[in-house]
Amino acid sequence: MAVPSFLARERIVARPGFNRWLIPPAALAVHLCIGQAYATSVYKAALVKHFDTSLTAIGIIFSIAIVMLGLSAAVFGTWVDRNGPRAAMFTAACFWSAGFLVGSLGIATDQLWLVYLGYGVIGGIGLGIGYISPVSTLIKWFPDRPGLATGMAIMGFGGGALIASPLSRQLMDLYDPAYNPADKASVPAGHAVALLFLTLGLVYLVFMLFGAFIVRVPAEGWRPEGFDPSTVKKRALVTTDHVSARNAIRTPQFWLLWIVLFCNVTAGIGILEQAAPMIQDFFRDGTTSAVAAAAAAGFVGLLSLFNMGGRFVWSTTSDYIGRKPIYMVYLGVGIVLYIVLATLGSTATWIFVLTAALIISFYGGGFSTAPAYLRDLFGTYQVGAIHGRLLTAWSAAGVAGPLIVNTVLDTRGTPGELVAGDYRPALFIMVGLLAVGFVANLLIKPVADKWHEPKEAVEEFTAVHSTPERSTAR
Amino acid sequence: MSTPATDGPKPSPTPAALIAFAWTLVGVPLVYGLYQTVKTATSLFTG
Repeated sequence: MAVPSFLARERIVARPGFNRWLIPPAALAVHLCIGQAYATSVYKAALVKHFDTSLTAIGIIFSIAIVMLGLSAAVFGTWVDRNGPRAAMFTAACFWSAGFLVGSLGIATDQLWLVYLGYGVIGGIGLGIGYISPVSTLIKWFPDRPGLATGMAIMGFGGGALIASPLSRQLMDLYDPAYNPADKASVPAGHAVALLFLTLGLVYLVFMLFGAFIVRVPAEGWRPEGFDPSTVKKRALVTTDHVSARNAIRTPQFWLLWIVLFCNVTAGIGILEQAAPMIQDFFRDGTTSAVAAAAAAGFVGLLSLFNMGGRFVWSTTSDYIGRKPIYMVYLGVGIVLYIVLATLGSTATWIFVLTAALIISFYGGGFSTAPAYLRDLFGTYQVGAIHGRLLTAWSAAGVAGPLIVNTVLDTRGTPGELVAGDYRPALFIMVGLLAVGFVANLLIKPVADKWHEPKEAVEEFTAVHSTPERSTAR
Repeated sequence: MSTPATDGPKPSPTPAALIAFAWTLVGVPLVYGLYQTVKTATSLFTG
């Protein structure tokens, strides 16, 4: 599928003298917008009331979006790699924005199916393409620090929720004077959510197009000043060869990493989904909890900060200690933390908060380190497309994580009466999952030579796609 | 910052103002989000 010439990769090849520090803000401009996907809880209650339906029916909107994220990243990954980051960011901006606009129309006209189609399907496609759009470009601009580069972008996805949650509350307050964001029982009217969707759709369109406008790809043979690629080869798992996306999914390494990501994300989502009621249940005495609703909301905020911080800190750390060791930390230390949470979590609030926060930082780190791990194993040739295929693990974990926790809790009692002991079976299931992930990570070895692309094919591809078509590209 | 790959295109340094503008554009909303979240999170210790 050809793209208009102004979007083509050949039009955005950087000229000598280009400063690569313009690329992280381009990536952040996209990820800060699509990170809104984690802030849907802000208007969930309003949509339940507006459509007079169940929480499950509204929750489906988010589920469709996450499933579409995985599917579109997997399906369009090769297209993204072939056409470059500007085409991908432009497309993501159009889909993400259109998703909000169609969703807004659905809310304004009382048609829930339009919200499913808009935010869920159309917006979900924007999510998937947007998520992978800057990844391979960042890895190529920062061959010396791929973990730092992808950590910065994927941190933006976590940061997007931090922005969208308070911004949405303030906008809905503006559009519905009867709504009071400070009052937990106050629910905004449907028209306020429709206007919120309209506003976010337009603001995100402008912001993401700015990212598409400033992004550039490095010219063939470019490398950072003072960077010697031969030093990268020193680590056992880091290849200087390249594997195509088609071949990557035939290797055991891809599927082992898929299992690693699936287990790490499932374990993290288990806590994230239940954070507010969980902390209250852990410190419940009879029908009352020692942790107030406001403090529980503060706990959710704290987890968001660790989710975002972990994406940057742990991914950057992986540049120094290696990708396999950092996943041994995520999964191995994660096992210990989950056991501490299950056995000692209810003895003191600080133990509960500290262990949960560290677990969530590992959850975030697992996301942001994955692209650099893929680059180490499969090279940069089609790393965006391979990353897209790997993200199906996220979709699967998005279903498995809440399913495990909710199924266990449903068999233990009713919400509002649960105590710490009721969570233990779910937490020990997560320990088992992390152990599976730990073993899968241990089994990852360098990719066999038979899967490597012929050097000539890679060089020809790079030459065709990294040569400026016009000299105006900065 | 970068090493020219070929002798073809003329070097064209990225304006520092553009880099500062781009970082400000993404930095301001991020700082707003961080501030609001820290404000909420403090209720865990005070609430």
